[in-house]
Amino acid sequence: MTDLVSPTRAKRPEFRNINALADLPTYRLPVAGIVSILHRISGMILFLLMPFIIWMFDASISSEFSFARFTQVFSAGVGFLPGWFVKLVALAIIWGYLHHFIAGVRHLWMDINHAVSKEFGRSSALFTLGLGTLLTLVLAAKLFGLY
Amino acid sequence: MAVNYGSKRLAVGAHYGLRDWLAQRVTACLMALFTVILLVQVIFSKGPLNYDKWAGIFHGQCMKFLTFVVIVALLYHAWIGVRDIWMDYIKPVWVRLSLQVLSIVWLVGCAGWAVQVLWRV
Repeated sequence: MTDLVSPTRAKRPEFRNINALADLPTYRLPVAGIVSILHRISGMILFLLMPFIIWMFDASISSEFSFARFTQVFSAGVGFLPGWFVKLVALAIIWGYLHHFIAGVRHLWMDINHAVSKEFGRSSALFTLGLGTLLTLVLAAKLFGLY
Repeated sequence: MAVNYGSKRLAVGAHYGLRDWLAQRVTACLMALFTVILLVQVIFSKGPLNYDKWAGIFHGQCMKFLTFVVIVALLYHAWIGVRDIWMDYIKPVWVRLSLQVLSIVWLVGCAGWAVQVLWRV
C-alpha cells in the first residue's frame, strides 16, 4: 500500500480558494473534460431523481388504475405542477441516462482497448455529446407529442 | 509497511480502489444488458404499449430475477459514484460523513421500494 501519511512523500500541488463563479467559467475544458464532468452531473441527477423513477415504475406497473393515473400525471399534471413540468423532469432523466450510458460505454471501451490517445479521447467525447444530444432531442419530440 | 490501525489508521478516503473500480464496471455491464433487454421487449411489442404489455414484461420469473439483480447492482454502482463525489468535493469530515450516511439511507430506501414494487406485479 502506498504510504499516504509519511512526511517524505512529495507534496502534491493543491489549489485553494477557487471561486465557482469567477474562476470556473474561465477554465477551458477539453471536450473529454466536459464529457467527464457531465458524467458526474448526470449521475448525480439520476441519484437525486431516483424516487421519481421508482414512482414511475410503481405507478405504471402496479395496476391498470395506477397506470391510468401515471399517464394522466403526464398530460394533466399533479397537484400544482403542470404536465409539461413533469415531462421536463422526465426529460432530465432521459438525458441523464443517455449521457451516463454512452459516456460509460466510452469508459469501458477505453478500458478494454487501451486505446487512450489524444485523438481518440477527443473524437469519442464529441461522439458521446453528439449522440446523447441527438437521442435526447428525438425522445423529447416524442414526449411532447411532435410525432 | 506503515501502521494502518489503531490511532494511526486512515479513516478517510477509499483504500479499496481496484475492487470498487471493478465493481463499478461489472454493475455497469449488468445495467446496460438490462437496458438492452428491456428496450428490445418494448420496441418489438406489437401495437401501442398498454398496461398489460408493460406489466407483462416484468411478470415472468426470469425478468424478476434480472431486475432484482439490476436493482442491487444500481445500489452499489450509485453508492461508489456518489461516495466519490463527496470524497472529491466535501472536505470537512463531519459534513462528508453526514452526506455519506444520508446517501446510504437514500439508496437503501429506494432499493427496498423498488423491490417491493417488483414483486407486486
